Amino acid sequence: MTRAVYITQTNCITPLGFDVPSNIDAIVRGESGIQLHEDVSLMPNPFYASIIKEEKLNTAFAKVSSKTNYSRLEKMMILALEPIIKNSKVELNSKTAFILSTTKGNITALKNDSPESFQNAYLHTLAQTIADFFGFKTQPIVVSNACVSGILAISVAKKLLQSELYDNVFIVAGDEVSEFVLSGFNAFQAMSNLPCKPYSLNRTGVSLGEAAAAVLVSAEAKDAKIKVIGDSSINDANHISGPSRTGEGLFRSIQNALNEAQIKSENIDYISAHGTATSFNDEMEAIAFNRLEMEAVPVNSLKGFYGHTLGASGLLETVIAIESVLQNKLFVSLGFDELGVSQSINVIQKNENKNIETFLKTASGFGGCNTAVVFEKVKHEFNL
Amino acid sequence: MTQNKTYIQSYCTIQNNEIVLNGTSIFKIEPTAFADFSKQAYRNFDINYPKFFKMDSLSKLAFLGAELLLKSKTELNLSDTELTKQTENNTAILLANKSSSLDTDVKYQESISDKENYYPSPAVFVYTLPNICLGEISIRHQLKSENSFFIFDAFNPEFMTSYANTLLHTNKAERVLCGWVEFFNEEYKSFLCLIGKEENQKYQNETIETLYNK
Repeated sequence: MTRAVYITQTNCITPLGFDVPSNIDAIVRGESGIQLHEDVSLMPNPFYASIIKEEKLNTAFAKVSSKTNYSRLEKMMILALEPIIKNSKVELNSKTAFILSTTKGNITALKNDSPESFQNAYLHTLAQTIADFFGFKTQPIVVSNACVSGILAISVAKKLLQSELYDNVFIVAGDEVSEFVLSGFNAFQAMSNLPCKPYSLNRTGVSLGEAAAAVLVSAEAKDAKIKVIGDSSINDANHISGPSRTGEGLFRSIQNALNEAQIKSENIDYISAHGTATSFNDEMEAIAFNRLEMEAVPVNSLKGFYGHTLGASGLLETVIAIESVLQNKLFVSLGFDELGVSQSINVIQKNENKNIETFLKTASGFGGCNTAVVFEKVKHEFNL
Repeated sequence: MTQNKTYIQSYCTIQNNEIVLNGTSIFKIEPTAFADFSKQAYRNFDINYPKFFKMDSLSKLAFLGAELLLKSKTELNLSDTELTKQTENNTAILLANKSSSLDTDVKYQESISDKENYYPSPAVFVYTLPNICLGEISIRHQLKSENSFFIFDAFNPEFMTSYANTLLHTNKAERVLCGWVEFFNEEYKSFLCLIGKEENQKYQNETIETLYNK
């Protein structure tokens, strides 16, 4: 019998708020973090992105540490982890793992020519810096699989708990908006000239964003917010910079995750999808969902609120989806108007109440990677 | 429990202008740049895959190791259909390194540093992700399988073995192509091995740690 795996703590640091309740309030109000920015140090032309205010970040960080030598991303990650480590009261011993998930980490360190700065561009250096701040005893594990990193980290944590190497796994996922990534997406002509519009007929591409999210994945059911019941990450084996036209990798990832969870696709109550608002990604997802006969399942993309936060997105969107389950609320897929994919999907058009017993989180990214994870509401047994 | 036992099936190390397959040196040339070494290796093994020349160094390094390990399977007299059945789906890829994609990241950064000479290229940008090499191997061998890339400051055999075993024991994969693929600034080392449940007595006293250090 393999161990059951739960998420017991969550937090996020985003332009919409520095804790989960403030993020949910903003989502309920339909507020987006995406704004027009004019900053030539980031892009030669004005661009839409969801960026955390420097001042707000520094003020919040000053409350947890008097040190100032941390990078923006490090501050975001530390702020995401700090309250959940404290609240959990989990001892940071040899049975507690630490996973850091990121796509580009401190890539902005490359702008500075000094060897010290260069060291910070190493992802294991970033992970060690965060681990040392909190005093983790185990070697940090960095997951870097493009845009699936954040959600993949949950499947990795699940495997580590099942292998019984660890009893608790803290995950932090984060990425920042940088000149490096903006110029790359722009070179791919993948940037939207307006705030992104996932699944819409009028979508023209991604808006980038930055965020950090953190969770505690545990073998202990006490305080569980949600149970992780199935996962899979299957490669398309098709193209390194574009998704499979048939959604093959995503289709298989979802199918495997459902099989492991022993749940039929029609019993999924909600899909928190990837929805980057590029023409190929959204179309591919619609095809994969239809192949699994999930076209009627309510689906949203949270990219309209946060932009594409790369390696953070999968974990951030899971944190928000867990709140959907706990509050029995489906949140609007912001930016959506008219369906712009060739196959029918049930995009959530307004906030509504719904009992959610199970949900599916998916993501796809460069390199042909896909991840699907199935979650189930926890039925707490009370001792009366 | 015998069903819980996993076995190293084969392994391949690439470093210092040499390729060693299952302990035997199969290709070695005089010291040269990696671009030249990888091109000569490609020709030596009669690989016919023009996309190879579009890859960055990290992907070339991972590709060559995977090619030799997954191709040696062909030599076990499997018919083509059996080979497709065998390779489709069932070989997961689990790789790690220290420098992520930094070798290409630095090249990409140079293309955007000088505003007078600003030439960001999508063909370079796509390789600024370490997991692209997993995609390259998956495409070449049609592996629609579990994939993940990790970063550690040094090869972490305990993590890799445990992760590979979990993939095998939970039936998420029948075999795991697992190892270390590190490339930065002409310094490189690749160590890949195939792990599966099929009994193989050849590496009974070896672990991925001892084979990595060989």
